[in-house]
Amino acid sequence: MHPAASVILFTTASGAGYGVLVLSPILLAFGILPADRWLGVALLAPALCLVTAGLLASTFHLGHPERAWRALSQWRSSWLSREGIMAIVTYGPAAAFGYAWIGLETASGGWAWTGIATATAAAATLFTTAMIYRSLKPIPAWATDWTIAGYLILGLLTGLIVITTVSSSFGFHPVRFQWLALALVVCAAIVKNAYWSRLAGTCRETEAMSGAAVGSDDGAITSIEWPHTEENYVLKEMGFRVARKHADRLRRATRNLLFVAPAIVFVVMPSLLPMPYLAWIAWPGAALVLVGVVLERWLFFAEARHVVTLYYGAS
Amino acid sequence: MTCLPQKTDRKLGLVIDLDTCVGCQACVTNCKEWNTGGHMAPLTDVQPFGPGADGVWFNRVHTYEVATPDGDSRTLHFPRSCLHCEDAACVTVCPTGASYKRAADGIVLVNEDKCIGCKLCSWACPYGAREYDATEGVMKKCTLCVDRIYNENLDEEDRVPACVLTCPTGARHFGDLGDPDSAVSQLAVQRGGKDLLPEMGYRPTNKYLPQRAKADHQTGAGPLAPLDETAGATGVLAWVDRMLTRAG
Amino acid sequence: MSFPAPAENDGVDTSPAVADDVKTTTCYMCACRCGIRVFLKNGQVRYIQGNRNHPVNKGVLCGKGAAGIMNHLSPARLRKPLKRVGPRGAGEYEEIEWDEALRTAADWLSNIRATDPKKLAFFTGRDQSQSLTGWWAKQFGTPNYAAHGGFCSVNMAAGGLYSIGGSFWEFGEPDWEHARVFLMFGVAEDHDSNPIKIGLGKLKERGAKIISINPARTGYAAIADEWLGIRPGTDGLFVLALVHELLLAGKIDLDYLVRFTNASWLVRHAPGTADDGMFVRDDTGRPMVWDASRDSPTPYRDADQPDLANEHQIEGATAVPVFKLIAERYSDSAYSPDSVADRCGISAATIRRIAAEIADAAFNHAVSLPVSWTDTHGRQLETMTGRPVAMHAMRGISAHSNGFQSCRALHLLQMLIGAVDTPGSFRYKPPYPKPVPPGPTPSGKRTQPNTPLGGMPLGFPESPADLLYEDDGTPVRIDKAFTWESPMSAHGAMHRVIANASAGYPYPIDTLFLYMANMAWNSSMDIQGTLDALTAIDPESGDYKIPHIIYSDAYASETIAYADLILPDTTYLERWDCISLLDRPIGEANGAGDAIRQPVVEPDRDVRPFQSVLLDLGARLGLPGMVNDDGSPTYPGGYADYIVYHQRTPGVGPLAGWRGADGARSGKGDVNPEQLDRYIENGCFWHEEIPASARYYKMANRDYLDWAVSMGFLAKAEQIVLQLYSEPVQSFRNAARGHGSHQPPDNLRDQVQRAFDPLPNWYPPFEDSKTDTLRYPLHALTQRPMHHYHSWGSQNAWLRQITAQNRLFMHRDTATQLEVSDDDWVWVESRHGRVKGQVRLVDGVNKDTVWTWNAIGKRAGAWGLDGEVPEVTKGFLLNHVIPEKRSDGALSNSDPVTGQAAWFDLRVRVVKAQASEAHEAAPQLEAISPPPGQPPRPPRLDYGRAFRAKIGAE
Ligand SMILES: Nc1nc2c(c(=O)[nH]1)N[C@H]1C(S)=C(S)[C@@H](COP(=O)(O)OP(=O)(O)OC[C@H]3O[C@@H](n4cnc5c(=O)[nH]c(N)nc54)[C@H](O)[C@@H]3O)O[C@H]1N2
Ligand SMILES: Nc1nc2c(c(=O)[nH]1)N[C@H]1C(S)=C(S)[C@@H](COP(=O)(O)OP(=O)(O)OC[C@H]3O[C@@H](n4cnc5c(=O)[nH]c(N)nc54)[C@H](O)[C@@H]3O)O[C@H]1N2
Ligand code: SF4
Ligand code: SF4
Ligand code: SF4
Ligand code: SF4
Ligand code: SF4
Ligand SMILES: [Mo]
Repeated sequence: MHPAASVILFTTASGAGYGVLVLSPILLAFGILPADRWLGVALLAPALCLVTAGLLASTFHLGHPERAWRALSQWRSSWLSREGIMAIVTYGPAAAFGYAWIGLETASGGWAWTGIATATAAAATLFTTAMIYRSLKPIPAWATDWTIAGYLILGLLTGLIVITTVSSSFGFHPVRFQWLALALVVCAAIVKNAYWSRLAGTCRETEAMSGAAVGSDDGAITSIEWPHTEENYVLKEMGFRVARKHADRLRRATRNLLFVAPAIVFVVMPSLLPMPYLAWIAWPGAALVLVGVVLERWLFFAEARHVVTLYYGAS
Repeated sequence: MTCLPQKTDRKLGLVIDLDTCVGCQACVTNCKEWNTGGHMAPLTDVQPFGPGADGVWFNRVHTYEVATPDGDSRTLHFPRSCLHCEDAACVTVCPTGASYKRAADGIVLVNEDKCIGCKLCSWACPYGAREYDATEGVMKKCTLCVDRIYNENLDEEDRVPACVLTCPTGARHFGDLGDPDSAVSQLAVQRGGKDLLPEMGYRPTNKYLPQRAKADHQTGAGPLAPLDETAGATGVLAWVDRMLTRAG
Repeated sequence: MSFPAPAENDGVDTSPAVADDVKTTTCYMCACRCGIRVFLKNGQVRYIQGNRNHPVNKGVLCGKGAAGIMNHLSPARLRKPLKRVGPRGAGEYEEIEWDEALRTAADWLSNIRATDPKKLAFFTGRDQSQSLTGWWAKQFGTPNYAAHGGFCSVNMAAGGLYSIGGSFWEFGEPDWEHARVFLMFGVAEDHDSNPIKIGLGKLKERGAKIISINPARTGYAAIADEWLGIRPGTDGLFVLALVHELLLAGKIDLDYLVRFTNASWLVRHAPGTADDGMFVRDDTGRPMVWDASRDSPTPYRDADQPDLANEHQIEGATAVPVFKLIAERYSDSAYSPDSVADRCGISAATIRRIAAEIADAAFNHAVSLPVSWTDTHGRQLETMTGRPVAMHAMRGISAHSNGFQSCRALHLLQMLIGAVDTPGSFRYKPPYPKPVPPGPTPSGKRTQPNTPLGGMPLGFPESPADLLYEDDGTPVRIDKAFTWESPMSAHGAMHRVIANASAGYPYPIDTLFLYMANMAWNSSMDIQGTLDALTAIDPESGDYKIPHIIYSDAYASETIAYADLILPDTTYLERWDCISLLDRPIGEANGAGDAIRQPVVEPDRDVRPFQSVLLDLGARLGLPGMVNDDGSPTYPGGYADYIVYHQRTPGVGPLAGWRGADGARSGKGDVNPEQLDRYIENGCFWHEEIPASARYYKMANRDYLDWAVSMGFLAKAEQIVLQLYSEPVQSFRNAARGHGSHQPPDNLRDQVQRAFDPLPNWYPPFEDSKTDTLRYPLHALTQRPMHHYHSWGSQNAWLRQITAQNRLFMHRDTATQLEVSDDDWVWVESRHGRVKGQVRLVDGVNKDTVWTWNAIGKRAGAWGLDGEVPEVTKGFLLNHVIPEKRSDGALSNSDPVTGQAAWFDLRVRVVKAQASEAHEAAPQLEAISPPPGQPPRPPRLDYGRAFRAKIGAE
């Protein structure tokens, strides 16, 4: 699939944003984060900016952005529609939660519910995004629950990195997130590796369908002539292929940036370094992770082969 | 409304005979000329006289070589257009309701006034049947010539899809595949009509008739026996003499 | 059946108004002449549909026809007459008014006509008005006229007309309804584009067996039940091996041979004498046979029991029946499957099996129709019985230097099994069959200033006496047609004109007048040589060696850059045209027909239909038949007037339908001023069915022959005897053996002796002997893409999206040997030159053959295209490497009998291109600048939007 910048931006940015919205209420509830006004501003503002930026980014590639509102109408059947709705719905509890945290500097008692609601809505939004891809049968690479797991876990991981980094600059020692970071990094690594190890298989399965693509039992078909000698929409949108070698290199980079880097910066370091040094390395550490997640998303598209490519053969 | 109809009154669609298709592209250009002025008009062409010319088409014909069991191969011409699937995910994924399947005849259409051009439906189509018109900012696709097949301004016998009307070899057939007695249903049964990519589970309405086993009349024939022991011309001429004098 | 519109309530207008008006006319996206219905909305073409009632296409359209709108609207359309201002080839012009254009042309031409009419060479290409252009040339008085037939498929025409009085090409068709086995030799598309597709559909329905004999497995071959990937140029061998097998097995139709062919005619066997190999005739010239019942020589017509098998002494001379010669020749082991298999690339076993299948279909499954008929001997027959083995062949056979004989070999096979115009076999389309040969002979021997020729410039020579030489022995024609180089060049030799005219051989000319032929590109061999010839300058005069070039094209082709005066034509939707029985009619086997084109839209440019321009010129020149006694033009209304009022012979005009003052007559009749209206009422065509009793055995079917005479197709209702053995051919061979007053030059004696075999023979394509076949081991071919017409398609916004680049198709195994892989760039090198293109590896091609799509490669600057398009940067034109003689000593790359251009004799080798070269096609000729006044290329086309808007509004 063609890795469109707008979609990559949208999914990664909003992923991190919703990650923050899922985690911060919980961390607050467990007292791991204090209900400190300015910390609240420093966390919720970027989170909401990220999701909003993501939402806007997702409209960039539309042919008719002015009609975007229509996309909310088909929640009965369409995950894209559901995502849109959830994204908007989430603003509600998030606002209330923000008022409690920033305005009242409390997250306990009745106000706890706003946190729970925000976390749930944000998680649900991440889930609906994942389902858009999960439900596309013609892209076997995506048609797996690992896709869902991937979107959720990476949302949470990037969210936690944001929380850790920002709060560290408020003098909150990252060590308090150490175990959570460890858990998320490990899960993320497991999920992505599972996803990747399954990928090769799906390509082979797709290849095996080539005969079926033209209703022939006789098996393998070889494309002799395309219906058009230059690229058309279908090829530009769905014919994208990334070279195996190139992909492997990018996967290695992704592993280092997305798993190794945070493991060092947010799991190991906190036990070794004192503040304020930790705060200083947190920012570059976070940057690495965000680059890592963008790479991961680029690969998510670039490595996904659409079955329509069967009609165009190897070339 | 992008929920699929429980059932459709008719299942209008095409039956395409891959054993007869010579790959002439007539269905391709006829589809283009009808539809560029039809329900989805226009089928925009970008850089029509320059490099990278790229237009919107609803029907495309591929050429393949297919390996045959005997280790040989055959050349196959393969027309590809919307199959008007029963489980059309291109419809259910649509967030706006622009993409829909008609309850009356099962035709899958795009309502251009609702379409926001998110392209998700084209991702959901395994068959590459949807082509995005970047200029218009909307998705376009085969309409099964919905503006021909019921069109009272056309002669009765012309109320078929343009691609069917024009096919010089008669490889394309149009009808109600929901009616088991219809000519197309019968044809599909007799000739073992196929669904494309059944693995995808979209239950296409259109059927493809596979290439037939090669007609083979040698069985009837058997090797030619030479006339008689007298070899060569002498033998032939002697035989001719016999035959003619018998005749005379 | 159609479905009632359901109430879906989704706001879809299922019954939009499609047109304000529907006009019928004839398609001209190719020469197939299908009937079309043009839907017009707000004066624009909304949709073009096939005409269901039309005999040619029965409602269907091909890929080109359905894209007609885009040719009609092409930005490459010429807009105004042009005068060259820069050097030839640069493409620098100035727009001029029609009056100046016509005056200029008239000045040049009137000088020529007043001094030496031969100095006008008038050659036309893809047009369908050859009865007009030929007549015009005759009235002008120049023998230098021909259409494209000479480089197209004259081998097919001549091979047939000298054998069976009809031909494949578009002059006959298989009996699609009854054939059981259908053999297709070297056909990719042919002129009968739609009829063949419709027919193949019918064969498929009936489960008939389709066998494709073709080095390439594409299109029709792809759906064939059996594909024989023959080696190019060896079909004659293959077919004669089939003949060998059938003869030895006695699987031949003796009754048919006796009744309908010259199998029984006696051939004089007198080696070394002038009439060796000529027929034994009585003193009234009637061919004689040996009548076994009378035991004496008897005129063929009167014989009861002709002897086929034994030679006889007549007046001391030995006379041998044709059939005996055939039996002796082809039962020889030289023609056995085993001895030809390797050369053909088809196994002996396969050849035997095919022979057996033909015999089985012909003799175990004879078709018998319950139709009674009477033959020319007055015999009443209750049924029409035939051999359901049909054949069709086209340029795969004819575009070789042995094509004439290969084509005759095919007809020999058909005649031997009784498969010419019988149920299930090949069928004639009226006005065929014609007498063999059809005559008349070519005119032009003596040309005089301001005097028409005695007859039409083209014709069918019957003996060396009919060749066109001046008394001093110089060839009469600039293309050297009807000379010993190609005695039977019945369609002329257009492909030799430019080279000869430029070389001043046989003599210099003054004006080259071309119409609808892209001679500076895809219709010439050796492109660079052709361009050099067009631009060559005479050192003495400092003027061009071809002083004047006038060209009529409708589009900005490669050739306009080489013309001094350009007469812009209309598109096919903007003019009157006439598809006449005098030219290339639209008949089919069950009826005769002709058709017209009517303007369905007005030109939006200052262009004029060429035929009207030609008549205007004729009038300005005062050509007889084009001016009245008072000097006023005979056809002031242009071509439309001519179509209605011109009479070639009393009662015979361009159109055969609705003749006679009352419009009640068909074929022959007085002029009918309302004729065009009748045609338009009928869908712009006329079609008359042959009586049921006259649809088969036309060559000897009394009802047919009477009908044909009544229609003016034939002079007399006499049997047309099919010629297994050709006496005219033998007469040329005798001359080459030194007999008679008309003698070939010595350098051609051997060639003529070898090629002019009265019985079909086979010899290797000439190019094989001119080329080191070890250095150039591969054969290189082109094929017609079904959706492009020669060079016209690339200007079509839709068609070029389908194919904008042509690949070189080559067999995987061959590629492996050459270490070439898919998509590689390779050089295709011939003894003459090299072109570069990109390969596509396939299984479905003869291993010693490479091929590509014809005429996709374009020259930068032409056709209204951006210079950087794939047609230019990646597409290639094979013609660059096809050798054609440029010096007079050498022999032309043509068939020695008919002069047919031997496009497919080409031998090449394929060499992988260097990495540095592997991105662009070669050669890249300098870009030609487009003519002035061309509109800018639109960045986008949204044709059709207007129609929908309107529909919504209504
Ligand atoms: N390598 C190779 N070369 C070949 C062949 C092959 O098989 N292989 N085939 C040969 C054969 S059989 C043929 S017939 C020739 C065909 O080649 P050409 O006779 O050159 O035919 P085209 O290139 O189709 O068209 C000739 C010109 O007609 C112009 N034209 C189109 N419509 C009109 C019109 O309405 N009016 C006027 N005045 N002009 C018009 C076009 O613009 C074009 O410039 O090619 C020959 N060349
Ligand atoms: N779509 C379309 N239709 C056309 C035209 C066009 O340009 N486009 N051009 C028109 C014109 S002018 C003409 S003359 C006709 C030509 O009609 P065709 O003769 O069908 O045209 P070609 O493409 O030259 O086909 C030649 C075929 O013969 C095969 N062949 C080559 N050499 C040999 C051989 O030695 N033996 C055998 N058995 N096969 C061989 C080639 O592979 C090819 O398939 O088409 C007419 N119709
Ligand atoms: S028109 Fe018919 S024969 Fe031609 S490509 Fe289409 S389906 Fe095949
Ligand atoms: S073919 Fe594609 S576009 Fe057509 S209905 Fe099926 S899924 Fe939808
Ligand atoms: S592109 Fe249009 S039709 Fe397709 S899913 Fe998006 S809104 Fe629906
Ligand atoms: S049914 Fe109509 S829209 Fe669909 S492919 Fe055929 S012609 Fe095109
Ligand atoms: S075959 Fe095609 S292009 Fe040629 S006349 Fe017929 S419809 Fe027109
Ligand atoms: Mo031709």
